[in-house]
Amino acid sequence: MTRVRRWLPGLLLVSPSIILIAVFVYGLLGWNLKLAMTDKHNEIAEIPGRFVGLENFTGIWSEERWGLSVRHSIVFTVVFVAGALVLGWLLAFLMEKGIRAESGFRAVYLFPMAISFIATGVVWRWLMNSATGEHAVGLNRLFHYMGLDFLQWQWFRDPDWGMAAMAIPAVWQMSGYIMALFLAGFRGVPEELREAARVDGCGEWGVYRHVVLPMLRPVTLSALIILGHISLKVFDLVVAVSGKQIITDVPATFMWTAVYDSHDPAKGATIASYIVLSVVIFVVPYLIWNARKGNRS
Amino acid sequence: MAAVAVSVAGLLTLSACGGGDKQDTAGGPAAHKKVEVFSWWTGPGEADGLKAMRDIFAKENSNFEFFDAAVAGGSGDQARALLSSKLQANQPPDTFQGHAGAELQGYIKSGKLESLNFLYDELKLKDVLPQQLIDQITVEGQVYSVPVNIHRSNVLWFNPSVLKGAGISGAPKTVEEFVADLEKVKKSGKIPLSIGSQWTLVHLLESVLLGSLGTDAYNALWTASSDWSNANVTKALDNFKTILSYAGTPQDDWQPAAKQVADGEAAFNIMGDWAYGYFHNPPEGGLGKESKKDFDWAASPGTDGTFMWLSDSFTLPKGAPNRDGAIAWLKVAASKEGQDAFNPLKGSIPARKDADQSLYKDYLSWSLEQWAGDKLAGSIQHGVVANDTWRTAITDAVGLFQQDKDVAKLQQALVAAAKNSGQ
Repeated sequence: MTRVRRWLPGLLLVSPSIILIAVFVYGLLGWNLKLAMTDKHNEIAEIPGRFVGLENFTGIWSEERWGLSVRHSIVFTVVFVAGALVLGWLLAFLMEKGIRAESGFRAVYLFPMAISFIATGVVWRWLMNSATGEHAVGLNRLFHYMGLDFLQWQWFRDPDWGMAAMAIPAVWQMSGYIMALFLAGFRGVPEELREAARVDGCGEWGVYRHVVLPMLRPVTLSALIILGHISLKVFDLVVAVSGKQIITDVPATFMWTAVYDSHDPAKGATIASYIVLSVVIFVVPYLIWNARKGNRS
Repeated sequence: MAAVAVSVAGLLTLSACGGGDKQDTAGGPAAHKKVEVFSWWTGPGEADGLKAMRDIFAKENSNFEFFDAAVAGGSGDQARALLSSKLQANQPPDTFQGHAGAELQGYIKSGKLESLNFLYDELKLKDVLPQQLIDQITVEGQVYSVPVNIHRSNVLWFNPSVLKGAGISGAPKTVEEFVADLEKVKKSGKIPLSIGSQWTLVHLLESVLLGSLGTDAYNALWTASSDWSNANVTKALDNFKTILSYAGTPQDDWQPAAKQVADGEAAFNIMGDWAYGYFHNPPEGGLGKESKKDFDWAASPGTDGTFMWLSDSFTLPKGAPNRDGAIAWLKVAASKEGQDAFNPLKGSIPARKDADQSLYKDYLSWSLEQWAGDKLAGSIQHGVVANDTWRTAITDAVGLFQQDKDVAKLQQALVAAAKNSGQ
């Protein structure tokens, strides 16, 4: 009885959230997966659809649009994650060097994070207008004024590297946040360690290379996870910049079209499952790594 | 057990919320009197037109109150997504806007709409609406919507001075002439054809298909015996490819593309007749250009004598909370008075044949004249001939074509789209 009294209040306290998460996160994930494994390819028929196993999951790879959207997603993810990490790290590095009015700069770099991707997208849609030459606006116009006409390009309308351009607003928006993460990481490195390294004859670069960077690894990993899952699910930014066009298609916009335009619930659910799966691939290694670290300490 | 109890309680709270929500929109105790009219008319012109019809409705129906449930967003993308989830949950608005024709098929097949034959009989609408229009919106003997207006899709907009500069005397009559003119404009250094985002290419495609195939062959594409794989379609798609090769950089949407023509940067643009309001209206909502001087129009190449139409219409969902109110609204929407109040403001022509001609000026009088005499063909992009699934498949195929310009692949995709549409 006393044992029950010990764990029951705690369990009662957390049970609402456990139940809500069980129903509305895992329950719906499961329901989505179940739908993805049926042949319910129109929403008109009220019948629930027959179980077809993984047919939808394999079938979708024969669709050209799917291959394209996956490719786009990969290009976007690579440019966005790498861009935000490098830029965020660089900003944090400069801050850490003891810049004047640091808190002011910090706020300025963090501000973009307070903006929604939609607002960012609307502004960058104009900045990245694809018109060139005389009629250029936005960044192309800026290049024109600076005599850098050769830098003008189609931005997100470029058939091959358009998605790299699409990643620029996202980098702009998230690099401040990554800077904050890294800055906290830098500050977490005890000054004694750096001094010890210097005493041992380490140059300034060596201090970073051998002392600070290794200690930033956990921060880098967190940043990677945060950026990675944002990137794989990206929808709002793409829609705000270019709408539902094939040229900037990503899995999330494809899913939207499949559900609301093609009225094909099973296909939408299949794409949704793939998006979850891709995020899981990103996150699970991190969780395992975290758990291991927890065990070790 | 406890878990089940809690989750059931949770669901109950949720459904209570849902119920409360609905009451809010319907306005509590007076709910039976409100008429919830769902549309996507929020822009300049269209919102004014809706208000004009609403005033008539208020005058004629003192016992009902109009409730405007408009959702912003051009061509109703967002509105339709919201609507489809409302209908799925069997919580329809009293009446909703939809493009007349195949776009409504999904709702019709899933039994979400009531047949309006009784209303057509009561109001004798079959006498005042063109027979071809009624034929094209009838599904198995039933009509499910009341068309309020007619827009024309196959319009070629052009800049007369740019044409003059390129040595072109008038609007091209055929697709071949059009291609020749595009070449002349190209030589003169202007953009031959301006285009917007992806959907404007589907819009262009429908005009090119109609112009290349002819009206009967085009209309046959949407029947059960359609054949998308024949050589004529190939030729039409080749034309599409050729025409597209003269296109300028894609603009963000149709407005900037139309503006290129108005500004004299581009010679031609193929867009629906809502572009007229954009060209002509004073600067808040348009460009303030003078018709026939700064811009001019003609039937898109090869389609003279055919009116490629699209129409906004209102429906009667099954289980509408206020069915009588909805019917009262439909009567206003179908009436001569309602249509003549709405259309001059919206920049479209009435679906009825007996409209007051003096209200329609300039482009609209031309359009009205064409509507009275032309053969009809339905628009793809704007929901007349192809249901959502089919249209989306065509849009995808065109989007992919924009990247690789592979005609054979485009045709294959179109054949598959026709086969898998379930229409």
